[in-house]
Amino acid sequence: MTTMKKCEEISRQLIAYLDRRADSADRNEVEAHLAECSACHARAEEFQKMWGVLDALPAVEPSLGFDARLQARIAEEPRSRWFGWMVPQPRLAFAMAMLLVVSVWMGNMPNVNSGEGATAGTEQQDFEAIKDLGVLENYDVLSKFDALSEVPAESSPTDQQAKPVDQQSPDQQPATQE
Amino acid sequence: MEHTHALQLYGNASVSYTVDAMIRSDVELMLQVKAGNDESFNVLLQKYRTPLVNFLFRMVREKATAEDLAQEVFLRVYRARKQYSPSAKFTTWMFRIATNLALNSVRDNRHRQMDVSIDAPVEEDVAPIQLPTRELRIDEHMIERDRSEFIRRTIQSLPEKQRVAVLLHKYEEMDYAEIAKILECSESALKSLLFRAYETLRVQLAPLVSAAAAQRAGEGRR
Repeated sequence: MTTMKKCEEISRQLIAYLDRRADSADRNEVEAHLAECSACHARAEEFQKMWGVLDALPAVEPSLGFDARLQARIAEEPRSRWFGWMVPQPRLAFAMAMLLVVSVWMGNMPNVNSGEGATAGTEQQDFEAIKDLGVLENYDVLSKFDALSEVPAESSPTDQQAKPVDQQSPDQQPATQE
Repeated sequence: MEHTHALQLYGNASVSYTVDAMIRSDVELMLQVKAGNDESFNVLLQKYRTPLVNFLFRMVREKATAEDLAQEVFLRVYRARKQYSPSAKFTTWMFRIATNLALNSVRDNRHRQMDVSIDAPVEEDVAPIQLPTRELRIDEHMIERDRSEFIRRTIQSLPEKQRVAVLLHKYEEMDYAEIAKILECSESALKSLLFRAYETLRVQLAPLVSAAAAQRAGEGRR
């Protein structure tokens, strides 16, 4: 094995050797190499000196309010209770309430599509309402409508507006007849 | 590591928690938190807030941001207490959350493109490090604050994964298996990663190493 390759292998164990965490086999191997390799020996010494510099880095202390701030944040945390599973979530409770309201409202709405019988009855009523509308377009029927002849002669202006077309004066004729 | 932090806290008179509570393992404490014991959560908070804030400060280099992120870490641990199962070390879980939050924060601050590889070198928006020359007597001209800032910036200049590995290894003194789990890599890959990271730091911090050696030599002559 070349010295260079050995140095590479030793380098992986060097830190554990220097911090005294290497097992005895690794420790013996590293010590044997350091005894014969001046470069690795010098490097190991520099590592130790560099660690001395790192040790000089001062530690900081947490500020005085650290614990109080943390306790305040913890106090804001929701506490779990044995009946916690029974307490509904606010959003879920709101959704359930809204669903109930909508259900009641829908149930009270007039039911326009509640079966064939009801549909047939509604159609009959609609037909009765419009079946005589054609009479209003029949001029002969309107002109001979007896009920109109019973209108008093002295009638109010409002009544005059209700006269049939053939009893109106010429100046009151619709423009379409001129 | 847990033992070390516990010992540090014993010396603090302001800590009112009992020794019994402090020597309980993190897993035991977390299981008690899961059962609804908030005092156990406070023990974990007292135990890990300083290491966590320091880790995050070295990641993001802003104390206010580091504290905000540390609070978020503790809050997420608290929120997840009901789902906690002791399948991994508590610190592995907590520092994995912290690492993810810190990396997201750093990436957000970069205002950069979306696909940032975890192994990619740091972008140029971090100001290039001005290495002090060996001729300059930095031990005379650089005040302690600048020296610390220089070290922080040098660590910051490492690729993200290397930076996390160094901080967890050097300052949190985690073992290799735990760091490998946090970084989701093999122990062998982690050792190579650490070697590359320390090799970069060795070169970049060489002026400070020389200055420290010169200072020691000067003090020795006096």
